[in-house]
Amino acid sequence: MKTLKELNEIRAKTLDSVNLRKQRIGTRVVVGMATCGIAAGARPVLMAFVDEVARRALRDVMVTQTGCIGVCRLEPLVEVYRPGEDKVTYVNVKPEQVARIVSEHIVNGNPVDEWTIGAADKE
Amino acid sequence: MELFRSHVLVCGGTGCTSSGSAQIIEQFEKHIAERGLEREIKVVRTGCFGLCEAGPVVIVYPEGAFYSRVKPEDVNEIVEEHLLKGRIVQRLIYKGDGAAPERERSLDKIGFYKKQKRIALRNCGVIDPENIDEYIAMDGYQALAKVLGGMKPMDVVNTVLESGLRGRGGAGFPTGLKWKFAMGGATPKYIVCNADEGDPGAFMDRSVLEGDPHAVLEAMAIAGYAVGASQGYIYVRAEYPIAVKRLGIAIGQAREYGLLGKNIFGSEFDFDIELRLGAGAFVCGEETALFSSIEGERGEPRPKPPFPAVKGVFGGPTIINNVETLANIPQIIVRGPEWFSAIGTEKSKGTKVFALGGKVNNTGLVEVPMGTTLREIVYEIGGGIPGGKAFKAAQTGGPSGGCIPAEHLDTPIDYDSLAAIGSMMGSGGLIVLDEDDCMVDIARFFLEFTVDESCGKCPPCRIGTRRMLEILERIVSGKGEPGDIDKLIKLGSTIKRTAMCGLGQSAPNPVLSTIRYFRDEYEAHINEKRCPAGHCKALMRYIIDPDKCKRCGICARACPVGAISGDKTRPYTIDPAVCVKCGLCIEKCRFGAIYTK
Ligand SMILES: Cc1cc2nc3c(=O)[nH]c(=O)nc-3n(C[C@H](O)[C@H](O)[C@H](O)COP(=O)(O)O)c2cc1C
Repeated sequence: MKTLKELNEIRAKTLDSVNLRKQRIGTRVVVGMATCGIAAGARPVLMAFVDEVARRALRDVMVTQTGCIGVCRLEPLVEVYRPGEDKVTYVNVKPEQVARIVSEHIVNGNPVDEWTIGAADKE
Repeated sequence: MELFRSHVLVCGGTGCTSSGSAQIIEQFEKHIAERGLEREIKVVRTGCFGLCEAGPVVIVYPEGAFYSRVKPEDVNEIVEEHLLKGRIVQRLIYKGDGAAPERERSLDKIGFYKKQKRIALRNCGVIDPENIDEYIAMDGYQALAKVLGGMKPMDVVNTVLESGLRGRGGAGFPTGLKWKFAMGGATPKYIVCNADEGDPGAFMDRSVLEGDPHAVLEAMAIAGYAVGASQGYIYVRAEYPIAVKRLGIAIGQAREYGLLGKNIFGSEFDFDIELRLGAGAFVCGEETALFSSIEGERGEPRPKPPFPAVKGVFGGPTIINNVETLANIPQIIVRGPEWFSAIGTEKSKGTKVFALGGKVNNTGLVEVPMGTTLREIVYEIGGGIPGGKAFKAAQTGGPSGGCIPAEHLDTPIDYDSLAAIGSMMGSGGLIVLDEDDCMVDIARFFLEFTVDESCGKCPPCRIGTRRMLEILERIVSGKGEPGDIDKLIKLGSTIKRTAMCGLGQSAPNPVLSTIRYFRDEYEAHINEKRCPAGHCKALMRYIIDPDKCKRCGICARACPVGAISGDKTRPYTIDPAVCVKCGLCIEKCRFGAIYTK
């Protein structure tokens, strides 16, 4: 170790990993991961959120999972809780949709209406 | 970069390791691999979480779900339910502090952690202590980089001075001042870390070493730069095998990264650290005896002056600091002395780690700001006393300390307020005593420890403490004599004034402080041959309740010494002068009529 720069490189490299172990107060992304969710493909969706959040270095976002949310026919289900706002539920989520949900909703605060449970109900 | 969606933190401190955390890690690894989750979920062995009472402890992030008393056979369920399906396993979630069980019990909501402030323990239970990268990710070695990247030695010393940090090893001497004294003078100089931790029941330092060893290494290097030393020693007891192992790993990793060794951060500064294992003698925690031991001599203290800053180990100027003291240093450098001095009380800055034990629900390690009251520690963090019993006193400072009675429950705990009420901060042992504990016997226990551990070099300690112990043993066995209390006080104060080292100078403290607050218990033992707490066996009295006695006579026949008399017309009674307290009568009585007092 010859410089502070080298130290900071190691720090940056490991930080995201360790950061997971902090209690967060920011946005929570909850993926339904009961048998129904897993069968419908929730696992790649969950991992896509983990990747995207890390890629954008969103330190205040927690990606977690829950059991059956109750509308199994619409799995994979993802619920986004932003502090002080109503929860938004996305349905039939695919990994390709994750980047847009993160950028429009989680970062900029505009839910992607056409993918939410409200839109699915109107069909 | 490897990314995991979930981290499973398993406590690898000594407490949880002895209750099986190694098997739990194995099980997690096995079940996670069976389900093909090893690239999504990371299992980390950390240092102590503090709540040893509830061990083995497992925390799952990002939820922060706190699982307690986990058994290897529970692991499959956690993996299947929580890690695979996202359903927290409620039956294993810690609920111990009586609050209404919530759906997701996470760390910050638990009363045990709410009032705590973690500085020395900040990484314990958070990082993998065997992975230097994780320490670096938590701002590790930033302080050393800052110091070498432009601070003058005097700036470093001034920062420590201004922070108000005082030694956590017992005496509470200002750390900055100690460093300043070692700045001039002869070379070579040395930095010594005192990791002997000899107080019975104390394990603060062990947890820091096990959970965050690099913090101690970094602090020692900073001290080395401040006073111009290039060699450090950590004196750690061999009875701490996990700490010894992790320190060894940490030193190796730091050397590999060039954070120890020659030309650290490209500067002119060289610093290296070696371990020295102690054999567990209490006196070897005393700084001058510790130096003798490092030098390979018998662990006996030397007269002071010369003080270590002038003539310490191998005759060179030496800074000796306690583990917890050092663990505060890197953050003081990074966050600034004002940050640190804003925590705590006027003369005691920062936090203190206590090993909470005895009659309290949440035994374990707690770190609180100086000035927290004993009531907060015992009732809010400690979760109160088991069985709803009454608090009698807290013993702080171990064999060198004293007791704090219930009337001082609201005293803010810091160096000076504890000294004012005749106890001391000590290294951080805090033992809670309830109505069933006998204060005379507690004093006897600690004195017995110091008599055993006295090195024998000076007569006041070698002979004086033994005489005190003999008197105490007489008192608890019902042979106390009038005048014993005065003799104890006289002997005690003489030993305090005349013993050579801190061991003897503080050995009478547990006795003197219990006499101060619980003289009536001493008097009851001596004058009435009675132990008010019902603890001292020799003073226990066996009594037959005349209302419950059915006059069957079984007890009288069972009594091997013929102490029980009575007949069909009058209830049986026990003659205390004859009774040998064997307990046979209680065992034989079918009506529960016999009790002890
Ligand atoms: C009998 C005796 C035992 C001691 N044991 C320890 C010990 O186990 N750990 C420790 O840090 N200090 C112990 N000390 C205090 C040390 O002598 C010394 O004051 C301390 O290491 C200084 O570090 P500090 O200023 O950082 O507290 C003991 C002192 C005495 C008299």
